[in-house]
Amino acid sequence: MSGVRVLVGTRKGAFVLTSDGHREEWDISGPFFGGWEIYHMAGSPADPSRLYATQSSGWFGQLIQRSDDGGRTWRPVGNRFEYDGATGTHQWYDGTPHPWEFARVWHLEPSPADPDTVYAGAEDAAIFRSEDGGGTWEELPGLRRHGSASSWQPGAGGMCLHTIILDPSDARRMYVAISAAGAFRTDDGGDTWRPINRGLVSNGIPDPQAEVGHCVHRLALHPSRPEVLYMQKHWDVMRTDDAGESWHEISGDLPSDFGFPIAVHAHEPDTVYVVPIKSDSEHYPPDGRLRVYRSRTGGGDWEPLTKGLPQEHCYVNVLRDAMAVDSLDSCGVYFGTTGGQVYASADAGDSWAPIARDLPAVLSVEVQTLP
Amino acid sequence: MIRVVLPAHLKVLARIDGEVRLDVAGPVTPGSVLDALEDRYPVLRGTIRDHGTLRRRAFVRYYACERDLSHDPPDTPLPEPVAKGAEPFLIVGAMAGG
Repeated sequence: MSGVRVLVGTRKGAFVLTSDGHREEWDISGPFFGGWEIYHMAGSPADPSRLYATQSSGWFGQLIQRSDDGGRTWRPVGNRFEYDGATGTHQWYDGTPHPWEFARVWHLEPSPADPDTVYAGAEDAAIFRSEDGGGTWEELPGLRRHGSASSWQPGAGGMCLHTIILDPSDARRMYVAISAAGAFRTDDGGDTWRPINRGLVSNGIPDPQAEVGHCVHRLALHPSRPEVLYMQKHWDVMRTDDAGESWHEISGDLPSDFGFPIAVHAHEPDTVYVVPIKSDSEHYPPDGRLRVYRSRTGGGDWEPLTKGLPQEHCYVNVLRDAMAVDSLDSCGVYFGTTGGQVYASADAGDSWAPIARDLPAVLSVEVQTLP
Repeated sequence: MIRVVLPAHLKVLARIDGEVRLDVAGPVTPGSVLDALEDRYPVLRGTIRDHGTLRRRAFVRYYACERDLSHDPPDTPLPEPVAKGAEPFLIVGAMAGG
């Protein structure tokens, strides 16, 4: 019988949750790397036993961990992330030029074809690639050399490249998102990049429709329709039907269009999930009710999903990398909270149950559907 | 023989129990001790000092003989009791929140 492995990164270590295809009984292993921040873990689509984790601490810096046995054992691999050539400057919070400084890896994106190839999204914003299973890393410097880069500014969490999407239909096309620079696309395997932010409106910046400077929180696409992307922006939920050439708002009837994650149903490209958060100054759900919102129409019309989720006195957040789906026949949806809960739905969001209740604050949730 | 004490997280990372004992060729300095430490435990590279610049990470401190040596240049000779193995060279994670 097929199964599911849920990779949970937290403020104080990593956890691996496994279940069979029923997704009713869960085994929790961990913490791995106890006391370290695990911003993200990801499994190789080409080899589900191959996992990567980004492990960091303010004291001891960055490590990358790799497992070749589905998360039972791990070993540290390469942790040398050096910007290519002259680093240049971006804008600091006070508007002054600030040299690019590596802080940590926020996100890992393994290649769909090769277990040894994996991309890393870094703070300060850059994309790195390893082709030897994480042993060595090289920057794809064309992104950081874009003409607008000197004007990029960090968001409150740092100037992080937090989203990497590899186009499943075109190996040379990739999307990334940077807080708070915006979304970018390459069509030549990462040599050159251009901003894809037309249609975004951000009232917190001097020119609300500027080419760059937008605080994009997360992008998602469905592999069957890769030219359609969904975006949760700092405020506004957005959609593009032309690979980012233009965006339009699909916030519709959401109770708040602020939030962090966005995910797409595994089998229905028009079914989208978000978790509305009251505001950027409060960072908890509206009315103390934890609700996932689902649109079955590609945005615009949204329904609250509440069954099994706390509907009073709930003041957790769900961070940008902390929502994922499995690809079983009845699509599973998973998310983790800053309160340490991991919730799962085995029926596409109709009902939910906690599969872990008291973990450290959850930074990321990734799901592998196992044969 | 130089004795080095690592913070708990780095002992776990490098799979070390207790103190590390190192042979250090030439002058015994923070730099030469860390070179020898990283040669024996390559996984520690980048965790105590930056890969490229070899600068001490901001929240790591070097102590010995009840002195804070963190701000000494890396080629400063360590105190004689450390060079003779009577006292350990302490690598400490700074006390900070979280």
